[in-house]
Amino acid sequence: MSNCVLRVENATMQFGGVVAVDNLSLEVNHKEIVSLIGPNGAGKTTAFNIITGVYAPTNGAVYFKDQMITCNFPKGSMKKLYAGQNLGKYTTTMKKTPDQITKLGMARTFQNIRLFKELTAFENILIAKHMRSKANFLSASFCLNYKEEKKAREETMQLLEILGLLDVKDERADSLPYGQQRHLEIARALATNPELLLLDEPAAGMNPQETAELTAFIYDLRTKFNLTIFMIEHHMDLVMDISDRIYVLDFGKLIASGTPEEIQNNQRVIDAYLGVPEDGEE
Amino acid sequence: MKTSKKIIYTIILSVLVLAFLFFLDVNKNQYGMAYTVLQKGIIMAVVAVSMNLVTGFTGLFSLGQAGFMAIGAYVTAIFLIPSESIGDVYYISGVSPVILNFKTWMDSLPSWIQAISPYIALLIGGLAGAFCAALIGIPVLRLKSDYLAIATLGFSEIVRAVISSPQMDTITNGSYGLKKIQGFTSLFQTFAVATVCISFMILLIRSTYGRAFKAIREDEIAAEAMGINLFKHKELSFVIGSFFSAVSGGMLAMFMRSIDSKTFSISLTYDILLIVVIGGIGSATGSILSALLVTVSKEWWLRFFDNPLYIGNFQVPLFRTGFRMVIFSIVLLIVVLFYQRGIMGRNEFSWDRIAENLLKIKKLLRRNPKEGGSKNV
Repeated sequence: MSNCVLRVENATMQFGGVVAVDNLSLEVNHKEIVSLIGPNGAGKTTAFNIITGVYAPTNGAVYFKDQMITCNFPKGSMKKLYAGQNLGKYTTTMKKTPDQITKLGMARTFQNIRLFKELTAFENILIAKHMRSKANFLSASFCLNYKEEKKAREETMQLLEILGLLDVKDERADSLPYGQQRHLEIARALATNPELLLLDEPAAGMNPQETAELTAFIYDLRTKFNLTIFMIEHHMDLVMDISDRIYVLDFGKLIASGTPEEIQNNQRVIDAYLGVPEDGEE
Repeated sequence: MKTSKKIIYTIILSVLVLAFLFFLDVNKNQYGMAYTVLQKGIIMAVVAVSMNLVTGFTGLFSLGQAGFMAIGAYVTAIFLIPSESIGDVYYISGVSPVILNFKTWMDSLPSWIQAISPYIALLIGGLAGAFCAALIGIPVLRLKSDYLAIATLGFSEIVRAVISSPQMDTITNGSYGLKKIQGFTSLFQTFAVATVCISFMILLIRSTYGRAFKAIREDEIAAEAMGINLFKHKELSFVIGSFFSAVSGGMLAMFMRSIDSKTFSISLTYDILLIVVIGGIGSATGSILSALLVTVSKEWWLRFFDNPLYIGNFQVPLFRTGFRMVIFSIVLLIVVLFYQRGIMGRNEFSWDRIAENLLKIKKLLRRNPKEGGSKNV
């Protein structure tokens, strides 16, 4: 088995005539922290949704731990509309659903926090343990899975402790302050025992100090949980501090990739972020 | 509150309830109204909790309850019409040979099986409902919110139409309905079955599956990202909910002794929906409480509004047949105004909450009006 945890190959996502992600290929290796950056509307979240199985790409394939999880090629009316590349390279269609992908060991958080709002912090995390439960509905109802249940509860308490949410465990998720909601969402993702954690803008709406704390926190996570982390982020301080490698998207196209230093000095990236004085499209 | 204390209180409460039921059972001639209304109330409680499981806990707005109840009721009823009166029931269009053969086969069974036949009938009625739910769930559960409600509503109307259609005359007796259904002989049997059904649903809701259902209700996308198979869990909840709806339909048939397709019209679904909303969408104990309250007040407590009332020689206006429903609607309006999320909201019954509320009331009573007034200003 190679070192590569996640591999996206020539993924193109086209909504009608709009190409949201164009021929994106990337790799995330074991225990790396990789960031995906780009201006607003560059297609970062769409790329995430392709990886996690929310969308099937129009063309292209995604591999997780050398196992194909998504593969598609243009069909039907999309055949005529398709404006991307690599037509004909992929001839199979398969798509695992998000829950199957999570079971394989990929967990994600959302850009606009999606907690189970009316449930407590404790329940939010406990729900993520459901997937690994072997009980059927009868044995679960009659408490025959009490050992499993006890273990799940203990693990949940541990997670709450590690993430510093122990004193709010019985609070409703939507009554928590914003930062703790972010933490809780990460805790919930960790409760699925992932190998790869996808973070969609974890620092959105945070001030510089909170961002700095988050940086340390993400580092910590990697060592504590033996994780590979792939994230979308806007805060450049965070991205440059933390990332081993960075991919840059602009208008759906990958315009650069490399270490933080390389990206900082890449003219195309600077152009994409700051704009170019004259009409500088190639 | 300590757990031991809670257990003691729970035991006391159950003993009180049992004693009350026993009292009713012994004096059923004297308290006939309470006897029948409470039975109907507990049957409505079963179907209300089952609807709450689907609508309140899984977030699937399903309005098919009456249809599943009808399936359960007819299956149970056909089981429980005694073979000697089957000719009387199907006197117009005759009876299907299948049912006749089935009846003779049932009569040949040993007596202990016949003694528990009501329970078997309920179980099979429930399974029939669950089977239909499983089939209809495959296409229908892809729909969201209102569209699901319309589809399930349509399904329940189809069931009703099929039951009353002339082609089904020899099985369901068409629009004449079924009569002479043998029921439970004692109040305890109804309450026991209802308690088992409700307890199972509450246990399910408290289990890891119940949490998964709640996750789907809160946020489908997040639930799926947490590894919960949406379709599997929605189908499970829908099938279990329909199973218990069908069981309660069977219980209703046994309670009423005669049913026809009009019993299971859309208005029955709305009655159940009303109970669920009043009790609190997402609260099983709320549904039980409100099922009892709504049934009792609709059928019994508000009855006197239906009779002319005289004070001396003066006849109070408005007191006439049907006025009870006006009062009932007004009461509902008031309840909904003051308890916008139902009586219980999304909370379940717990001794802790009762103790809390008692403390609040105590504080209110103890507070010196002068002191309280000046502090507030």
